[in-house]
Amino acid sequence: MRRNGPLALAFHTLVILFVLAPLAIVVLVAFTPDETLTLPTHGLSLRWFRAILNYPDFIGAFFNSVKLAFLASTLSLTIALPAGLAIARARFPGRNFLNALMLSPLVIPGLVLGIAFLRFFAVIGATGSFAWLVIAHVVIVTPFVLRLILAAASGLDRSVEHAAFSLGASAWTTFRRITLPMILPGITGGWLLAFINSFDELTMSIFVTSPQTVTLPVRMYMYATESIDPMMASVSTLVIAISAAAMLLLDRIYGLNRVLIGNH
Amino acid sequence: MTIAASKPSQPTPVRTTSTVAASPASPSTGTPWRAYVPLWLASAPAFMLFATLVFVPLAMTLVLTFYRFDPSSGPIAAFQFGNYVEVVGSPYYQTIFARTFAIAFVTTVACVAIGAPEAYVLSRMRDPWRSLFLLAILAPLLVSVVVRAFGWSMLLNTNGLVNQAFALFGLGPFKLEYTSFAIVIALVHVMLPFMVIPVWTALQRLDPQTEQAALSLMATPWVTLYRIVLPQVMPGILSGSLMVFGLSASAFAIPGLLGGRRLKMAATAVYDQFLGSLDWPLGATIALLLLAANLAVMLTYYRVLERRYARSMG
Repeated sequence: MRRNGPLALAFHTLVILFVLAPLAIVVLVAFTPDETLTLPTHGLSLRWFRAILNYPDFIGAFFNSVKLAFLASTLSLTIALPAGLAIARARFPGRNFLNALMLSPLVIPGLVLGIAFLRFFAVIGATGSFAWLVIAHVVIVTPFVLRLILAAASGLDRSVEHAAFSLGASAWTTFRRITLPMILPGITGGWLLAFINSFDELTMSIFVTSPQTVTLPVRMYMYATESIDPMMASVSTLVIAISAAAMLLLDRIYGLNRVLIGNH
Repeated sequence: MTIAASKPSQPTPVRTTSTVAASPASPSTGTPWRAYVPLWLASAPAFMLFATLVFVPLAMTLVLTFYRFDPSSGPIAAFQFGNYVEVVGSPYYQTIFARTFAIAFVTTVACVAIGAPEAYVLSRMRDPWRSLFLLAILAPLLVSVVVRAFGWSMLLNTNGLVNQAFALFGLGPFKLEYTSFAIVIALVHVMLPFMVIPVWTALQRLDPQTEQAALSLMATPWVTLYRIVLPQVMPGILSGSLMVFGLSASAFAIPGLLGGRRLKMAATAVYDQFLGSLDWPLGATIALLLLAANLAVMLTYYRVLERRYARSMG
């Protein structure tokens, strides 16, 4: 394999700088002791992190988001696991249609899903309902769960299951003791990926959240359009920290490159 | 209708009879429909949820575009094309659509120009660096787009770091925030992973010996890159640009935060109609026209490039 020349490495450095700059600057500014968003900052301070504690809007939105992401990814897993196993392991009428249907939210823009859900909820009288918000999030995170379950289940060595059967294990025992442990990385990875995507989702949620069910990204968007002060940076830093923690976990469980790129 | 379409009574070969625990594979034709029941039961919750929450809301939105809007009482059921006439005919929305597609186009070109070479450089690195940098480029995918837009607004504002850097050379300050330039820069940042991923995947499939062969036959590195590597990663670049274009044209958070109140893209115009002036029928019309235009552009692009690509390979 040929090495990269100096030109290629210079280009690469610029790209990496470009990718990391906006995140780095957010984290830097979050620790400013100053009143306004200025750079360079004069010293370090946690005052803007303390300020979040006195701003119940962000606290409430944060707990809404965590609750929403937890419920949506769990519910998504509950419906996608049986369907995903069926799709991965058997041919049956409706299989391809079901697969395409469950992956379709990936190709419908969040904007279109957002207004479609807003209209739907208005018609059925569910505007501002948290339960329906959870269901809307289930729809947008299920493709991620399904993809990881399909990848895990189709790479499975079936002869181990057949061995369990031939040794007299029941269907349920085989599933619980053999199949489940083997696809567990795919399941937990899918759940985490769904959690992150639900926690970060803005475009669809901004149409269907009410002041009571507002999520953290929506709250942050509103805040950033109205006023810009370093609190936005400190909240963003916490979001980056949470995402980074989830990423590390995902990397340990399933391999981040495998999640993001697929087939590896 | 959809249920009937997805569950035809024609049985086809089934490999397993149970979803959760597999019995030994026994391919047999003419499987009784009973064999499918466990599979259908396993898929039923997902199927019902998705059939309801994908088709019904989209159909309702389509119906909404034919409604009339009355400022005092809201949407009134009707069947008329007034909303379409208003969006297609007004210079205001024409400008917004033209800007939306121009921005999406420039973003796509920039992503190809940055993402494809970067994927190639990455693929030629050695392993701790290779995984590390790949991660650095892909990981921002999992950080909220609001955070990234906010980061760019801090870099690009009048006394932001970019203008401070210009000031070192005695230039500026330039008005960068609330411009199409700011939107494009931030969109490129958000969309770059969607270009790097497919090109990277295509490069992984590339046989390094073809490159070696070209070099040993005295081709220069540039000719090798252009004549050997590029054609093989072209499918990756194509699918990456389709993805980037589609996502950029319907992007909401970036133009919302970096375009300000004046510089609208289609998605922010839809938002204004829905949550500002409450004219849902008009908002739904803009959104569906955006979706339709997006599909049309992407299909044309795909057709044209597929043909050209087929010719160059043939």
